[in-house]
Amino acid sequence: MWRKLERLGVARLGDGLVALPADARTAEQLGWIAEQVIENNGTATVWTATPATAAQEQAIATAMQADRVLEYRALIDQAGAALDASPGERSRIAARLRAEVRRVNRRDFFPPAERETARQAVRALVQQEETELEEAE
Amino acid sequence: MRWATRTGVHIDRAACAWLIRRHVDSEAEFVFADDLANVPEDAVPFDMRGADLSHHGGDCTFETILRRHDLADPVLWKIAELVHEADIDDERYDAPEAPGLDVLLRGLSMTSSDERVIEIGAALFDGLYEYYRRALLLGRPTA
Repeated sequence: MWRKLERLGVARLGDGLVALPADARTAEQLGWIAEQVIENNGTATVWTATPATAAQEQAIATAMQADRVLEYRALIDQAGAALDASPGERSRIAARLRAEVRRVNRRDFFPPAERETARQAVRALVQQEETELEEAE
Repeated sequence: MRWATRTGVHIDRAACAWLIRRHVDSEAEFVFADDLANVPEDAVPFDMRGADLSHHGGDCTFETILRRHDLADPVLWKIAELVHEADIDDERYDAPEAPGLDVLLRGLSMTSSDERVIEIGAALFDGLYEYYRRALLLGRPTA
């Protein structure tokens, strides 16, 4: 269950309390997870809530963004390391990293600059592959 | 028969409405309610929290309806994979088409009424059914 919540990019606000920015998709996603918890004899409720102050809201958003920054940085590092890989291996890594970036994008509600850097890092991998192939021809 | 689901129809409900009309009840009439408590007595609720025809054990509602009605058609189960991934996105299935389907339905729901989403969705799923039926017969993607 926690893995499912992590995949959605939830903010952990306390013991057993998580949050997502409210929209049609997130409300539905949390609703179904709650339903599954109840089905397994657990307890879960979904609330639409508003932080009492803008500062509280900002703190939650900042923490969520920081989580995504870590994920993007890990992918940027992997893309950088793969520049030295063999051509075939590099293609495989690029495809995997592109899918990973997309996964992180989906739970990225407050996009940091690293989002674009990660996209470009994967693009650079693909470009290097293309350049080497052209040179080989 | 009358069938009830929530407003703001997205992929799972659009797909279920199509599935119900094509394979369960050709006379199906759809009504909308935001809570199970407000569903008319003569209507069967689907894709609503607390309803039997809903998400169960990691399945989306489309899969639940297939199971409840013993629909074993492999083409329907192929479509179930797309619906599951577009709806739940938990990578249970390899369905690269799912994000595209999700975007199509989300855009549609921004410009159309729920009735219209179900109507256009039905045309879309008719097409998908035919596409995957041919692909299954040929054993490869078709055009």
